[in-house]
Parts: sequence; structure tokens; C-alpha cells
Amino acid sequence: MTTAAAQTPDETRIRAEAPGAGSGGRGDRRPWTPSQILLTLLATAVSVVFLAPLLWALFTSLKSETEAVEVPTHWLPKEWTTQAWSAIFETGNITNWFVNSLVVSVCVTFVVLTVSALAGYGFARTEFRGKKALLGLVMTGLMVSPAVLGVPLFTTVQQMGMVDTYWGMILPQCAPAAMVYILYKFFQGIPHELEEAAFIDGAGRWRVFFTIVLPLSRPSLAAVGIFTFIASWNNFLWPYMVTNNPDLMTMPNGIATVMNSYGIQWAQLMAGGLMAGLPLIIVFVFFQRQIVAGVAHTGLAGQ
Amino acid sequence: MTTTSAQTVITPARTRTAADTVTVRRKQGFQHGAWFVAPFLVLFALFVIWPLLRGLYLSFTDANISGDATNFIGLDNYREALDDPLVWESLGHSAYFTLLVVPCITVLAFLLAMLAHHIERGKWLWRLCFFAPFLLPSTVAANLWQWLFNPGTGMVNHVLGIETAWLTDKSYAMLAVVVCTLWWTVGFSFLLYLAALQGIPAHLYEAAKLDGANAWHRMVHITLPMLRNITGLVLALQILASLQVFDQAVVMMDFLPGPEGSTRTFVQYTLEEGFTSYRVGYASAISIIFFVIIAAVALARMWLLRNREEGGR
Repeated sequence: MTTAAAQTPDETRIRAEAPGAGSGGRGDRRPWTPSQILLTLLATAVSVVFLAPLLWALFTSLKSETEAVEVPTHWLPKEWTTQAWSAIFETGNITNWFVNSLVVSVCVTFVVLTVSALAGYGFARTEFRGKKALLGLVMTGLMVSPAVLGVPLFTTVQQMGMVDTYWGMILPQCAPAAMVYILYKFFQGIPHELEEAAFIDGAGRWRVFFTIVLPLSRPSLAAVGIFTFIASWNNFLWPYMVTNNPDLMTMPNGIATVMNSYGIQWAQLMAGGLMAGLPLIIVFVFFQRQIVAGVAHTGLAGQ
Repeated sequence: MTTTSAQTVITPARTRTAADTVTVRRKQGFQHGAWFVAPFLVLFALFVIWPLLRGLYLSFTDANISGDATNFIGLDNYREALDDPLVWESLGHSAYFTLLVVPCITVLAFLLAMLAHHIERGKWLWRLCFFAPFLLPSTVAANLWQWLFNPGTGMVNHVLGIETAWLTDKSYAMLAVVVCTLWWTVGFSFLLYLAALQGIPAHLYEAAKLDGANAWHRMVHITLPMLRNITGLVLALQILASLQVFDQAVVMMDFLPGPEGSTRTFVQYTLEEGFTSYRVGYASAISIIFFVIIAAVALARMWLLRNREEGGR
């Protein structure tokens, strides 16, 4: 049904916009119309503005510390040096922080995907006593974050004896009501007929969930997973509250708190910052198609 | 033979569908439904609901960070908070930040999405450019802009040929935080808009073209109305996120409240009271006040949405 609806306009578009082009496949080069040239120039200008700060960071990281703070400032290093890059590996705990970030983000993403897929399905498709009230409670959770209730959350985690532990960093990030809500909305949109057919064949709830619903929701789960990973990798506030131990810090914290505390060394700071950003940029380069499709699919964009 | 047996199985099953499936679904749902939501609810109860209730309780006490010597002092914390100029000031800073950031980000994200949607070549490259800053940790973005806004050695003054003391003048400090935030976070809303633009059925535009609508008409009569929901979502997400601003402001100002306290946001003030002054009871009280404000904003949005939907029909 969906395919039929999608095909017709697509075909007409190809015919209308690429007259004479044979196959309509990827290899088609559309002609440069004046409006396309204008848009491309505009996009280039905007991109330059967007990327300039990143280039500035890169160039700074390749200067010596003395050259970095020279006045008047200049873009390109006069003397290119990787001194700052080697310094962050020698003196800092940056590899430690990197591993911590990885452990925390992977664990958080795994737990969040598991519990929010289950909960989203439970709320969308099953009945049990008190469901409405619980759903209302989860909606309340949308308004609570470590920013809003940081101090009481900290004392709670302290009571559990989880300050300065991996558990303390990971678990409080694992109850995002927003992700449950997104998946709940998505699961509601899956046609009932698909499940009913399986029920008639004798499949139980869990089987239906694992063999029919989950495979169907791959794009949504990918989007939820990627956004959870980004949020967790970049999370500053919660790890900042829950740990003071430099050995346990994640990338954003280590860089912001430890590197700053020795008096800022700009070249090193920029090198460390780029290190912290790089993994996600690589992830995005490889997965951007899925990310955009996932955003469209989850109903995040559509609702 | 196989075919016949299959058919005999299927035919009676089909006739039973309506009544049976519903009962089966209900029954199994009742058995298993609670188990589906249980793992999430355990985490949710421990790390959202319990801190909320605990915060509420602590807000009526004079608790300190170690939790000992806790006395019940009734509404004293709330009374103090309402008279505390710093509560109002920091709330004002968060509100000012929100007021500047939200409209700018929404318009900017929309324009960038239109650009990336309509351009035909190098789509992935533009997406990457506009989204890349969002992939940096907030602290890295903040450090970067702190460096860019640095009066002597920073690139901003150098490029613009001015000598503004961005980070040490109280009338510019928050603006610097706003600029950093725009650059850093616009990518997320951009992506939402982009996905929404891709979801608009192409045949609407085809039909409009046939009817002789020009680009402007198509934008006003198709694109903008079709994007109304996503705009609502972007606004809501941005308002809630902006009111909770903390990371950028605090890192750009070297973990201080900025020149004359001009970038001290509400979250920052809460944490100062909790972790620097060790007044957990008082910090909890202002957290609860903040929670009520956020909840009011969220409920107001839901209420407005409902009214608009009803009004539209």
C-alpha cells in the first residue's frame, strides 16, 4: 500500500526533472540550473561559517602553545607541530577518559534500547491494570532531568552508595521517558493485522514482539539508539555531579574540568576537544542516511 | 495434499478471527503487559520518581550534603527562596537565554533544512556540515567558543575587526553563550525539519505546479502548513532544553557565574546551593520550584495544542 503510493510521484518526478535521461538511476547528472547554482553557493557560504570554528580548533591544535596565544592571532600555524596532540596522550588521562566514555555510552545505549522498546510496546499494545496511570507518570518524567532535580538525584545515588562508580554514572541515564514515548508512538502505528495473524497461528506476546514487531521497528530503534549514544557520549552535567575522580571521568568532563584546572593550554584543549568529537562525527558520516530515515520513521518529525 | 490441509486449517480460522483474536490478545496482554514495562519502571522509579519525591521531602528540611542533622522546617525554604534575589535573577537569566535562543534556532533550522532539501548535489555533505557541531560535547563547543571570543587572541574580534570584551562585559557575556548555543544545537532541529520536509508527499507540489502556483505560493500554502506540527515540536523541545541551560554557560565562564553573575542560570544556582554551599534542603526547594515552572510550560503547550486542534475542526 505504502509502496504503491510512494512509487507514483517518484516516477513522475524522475520523468519530469530528467527528460531524456534513460534509466533514472543514481548515475544521472542533473543540469546546473541557475537556481541550483545559487543554492550551492549559498550552502557553501553557510558551511564555511559552520565549519570555521572547527577548522580554527584544528589549526590551533597544530600550533605550539606560545604561538596559539600570539597577538594578533592568525589562522594557519607558522610552524606546524603535533606537540599538543602528543602532549595530551603523554600527560593527560585522555585514553582513560575515552574508554570510560565508551563503556558508559555503550552500556547506557544498550539498557535504554532494551527497556524502552519493551516499555513502549507494553504501553502501546498490551492491557494491564493501572496502565493509564503509569503512562501519565511517564509523561511527568519528560519534565524531569538531572538539570531540574540534580541535587535530590545526587543524594539518592549517594544513599545507594553509587557515587564515584560506573553504576552511578550509567544507571541514572537509563530511564529516559522521552525514548519510551517515541517508541510508544511508533508501536501504536504498526497495523494490528500483522500481530493478529501471528496470534491465530498460536504465537504468544513475546514471540510476536521479537519476531514481528522488533524487525519492523529497526529504523526507529536505530534512531533512538544513535540519539541515546550521542546524548550519553556528550553528557556533561550528570557525570560532573557524580564523580570527582579523574580516573572515572568521561571525555567531556575530563577535558572541561581537569584540563582547565592546570590553567588553560589552548592547543592541548583544542586537540582534546577534537578527539572527543571525532568518534561521533565518524558515526554520523556512516549512518546519516539511517539517522534521517529514523527521525522520519519514529514519528518524531511526523506527529 | 498439503494445499488442501492448509486450506482447511485456514478457512475456519478466518471465520473465527473477530471474536477469538480479541480475547486471545486481551488475555495474553493481561498476563504479559506488566512484564513488558516492568524493567523500565524499576529504573524510572529509582532515578526519576524517587528523587522527585525525595526532593519534595528534603525541600521541607534543612538537610546538608551529608544528610545528617536534618530538621523539618516546614515552608521556610520556600519563603526564603521567594525573597532571594538570586533566585529571581538566575531565573531571569534562563528566561532571557530561552527568549533569545528559541526563535533564532527555529528560524535558522528551518532555513537550513530548506536549503539542504532543495539542493540537488552533495546532500550528504551539507547535512554533515550543518549537523557536525551538534556531535561535539557541549563542553567542547563551549571551550571552542570561549577561545573564539577571547578578546586578544580570539578569532571573532579578529575577523570582525572589533575589540569587544565578550566574556568579561556583563552586557555581552550571555550573548556569547547564545551564539555558541545556536552554532552548537541548531543541527538537531535542522534534522527534524529535514525529515519532515522529506515526508511531505511530492504529489502535492506536482498538483500545485499544474495549477500554476509559484514557488512562494507553494511555500505558504503547502510547505508551511505541512510543517506546523514539527514546528510545534521543535519549539517545545527547544524551550524545555533552553530553560535548563547549564553546560555552555558554566564552561565558557570557567565554572564561575560570569561577569557580575550575568550568566548564572537557574540550574547553576541550584547546584551552587547544593554542592558549594552544601544546603541540600534549600537547593531541593528551588529545584521543586523549577520543576513546577517547567511542568507549567509543558502543560501550557499541551493545552494550547488541544485548543488549536479543537478550534481547527
